[in-house]
Amino acid sequence: MTGSRLRHAPAAAYLVAVLVFIYLPVVILVLFSFQDGILPVPPFQGPSLQWYAKMFSNSRLLDALGNSIAVAVLSSLAATVLGFLAAYGLARHRMRLGGAARFFLMAPIMVSYLIIGMGLLITFNLAGIGKSLVAVGLGHTIINLPLCFAILFSQFGEHHRRIDSAAHDLGASDLQTMIRVTAPMMRPTLFAAFCLSATLSWDEFIIAFLLSRFDVTLPVIIFEMLRAGLTPEVNAAGTMVFAISMSTVLIAASVMLFRRGGK
Amino acid sequence: MAELAKTRHQLGGFPLTRWAVYPALLFTLVFFVAPLAAMLVVSFWQRIEGHLQATWTLANYDKFFTRSYLLDTLFNSIEVTVLTTVVSIVIAYPLAYILAYRVPLRWQKVLLILAVLPFWTAYVVRSYSWLLVLSDNGVLNNVLIGAGLIDAPLKLAYTRAATVLGFVHFFVMLLTLTIYANLVQINPSYRSAAADLGASAMQIFLRVTLPLSIPGVVVGAFLTFVITIGDYITPQILGGSTEILVPQAIMLQVSRAANFPMASVMSMTLMVVVVAVYLLSSRYLKMDRL
Repeated sequence: MTGSRLRHAPAAAYLVAVLVFIYLPVVILVLFSFQDGILPVPPFQGPSLQWYAKMFSNSRLLDALGNSIAVAVLSSLAATVLGFLAAYGLARHRMRLGGAARFFLMAPIMVSYLIIGMGLLITFNLAGIGKSLVAVGLGHTIINLPLCFAILFSQFGEHHRRIDSAAHDLGASDLQTMIRVTAPMMRPTLFAAFCLSATLSWDEFIIAFLLSRFDVTLPVIIFEMLRAGLTPEVNAAGTMVFAISMSTVLIAASVMLFRRGGK
Repeated sequence: MAELAKTRHQLGGFPLTRWAVYPALLFTLVFFVAPLAAMLVVSFWQRIEGHLQATWTLANYDKFFTRSYLLDTLFNSIEVTVLTTVVSIVIAYPLAYILAYRVPLRWQKVLLILAVLPFWTAYVVRSYSWLLVLSDNGVLNNVLIGAGLIDAPLKLAYTRAATVLGFVHFFVMLLTLTIYANLVQINPSYRSAAADLGASAMQIFLRVTLPLSIPGVVVGAFLTFVITIGDYITPQILGGSTEILVPQAIMLQVSRAANFPMASVMSMTLMVVVVAVYLLSSRYLKMDRL
């Protein structure tokens, strides 16, 4: 018993060391958001909520918060709907070019966000379309579409096809089947895909930076605040960003895992 | 009645499900393929007196590949990216291995989620957090001075090492996930068969486990490579201004000079590098077999 514990000690030590490495910056970020002083560096004084108070009176930051939520929700909704339709179409029919279509839909995942953003910036420029949050939303939809499609496509199985044809035999039209039967069956997966897209959009910086002008999103504002140097206000904003994406991911993960368990 | 339903299904049903895939295809065409094509075209244009001229010239490519201050950004990017990928694998592999083989099953999922949770969160904020750790008056220098190991703060932030550290932090999580997923899929009977035949623990690892886990390493390494080489924020926040990477050079062309042709040349070059890496690793990626 003691022997096996000793044998496992290096493994346990390594595990702990890497976890410390992973969580160190997060802990420091959160800790110094409660700093009672003007610099988010040691020694720690506090705790104080003054930087959260300052953050919630920063109107540019609050506007950006609203913009981020709007862009994340709308672009994820668009990506989820487009991804669902594509996954449904490709899963139900053996199309001649099905493999090619899947590859085509997945292609954006292989290209850097920066390059996608640059391409959109050039295209919108040539087309005479100005920078705006709508442009950012379109950019976020294209980066999230492959993810939504992949998640949803992987969940379509043979039993969906059978239930689908059962609905048809009972006289349901295609539209009715999709809206009343398939979509409700896929609800947990649709929700998870939506949540993951929303966190990616919520975090995304470079496309938002390239395609927005006056109305910006939260990562862009935080980046701008960094130019003024280290301040606990950025820690507070960062902690908020972090907490919101963490909860969204956890909700999505638990919905997916719960579903797996139920099967 | 059944006949009628069937006919109606065929007539009314076909169009919708058949066409369901097209909105996504069209969207990808308009907002992904067309922009890349536009960028390719613009990379052959010129910017003359502040205006884009629709010419066909290789001058921008020529300039990028002959001026060392531009080309060096590419070498810097490749060096940082390769270093990041290698270090991330070296740290992540043992972690994934320990999770898969040394941790009791009921703890595996919890520890895995714990190990990869911050991956999903706050890209800009994460780089900034490392600044808090690495800056002159930051946590690490404070600890080292407090312990009496150094007298004056080390210059840790705003260096290439800081950039690599920021990246490695991010990608250790991703690689742990892909390698773990691969390791748990390996049939345990292979390992016990090798052991029964007298292989030592080291031999089992080198001849059985490691070769079978290569796909998981390659998938994670590919994603690491693609994201690292195209990332602007990590080197911009952590790397300082003495040496810049291609994404920073692209942003300089856009923001300072509005030089879209040169920015396009650099973006296309990055694309070519990524496609080359994709082709090298495509055996393991199976993008179309999802």
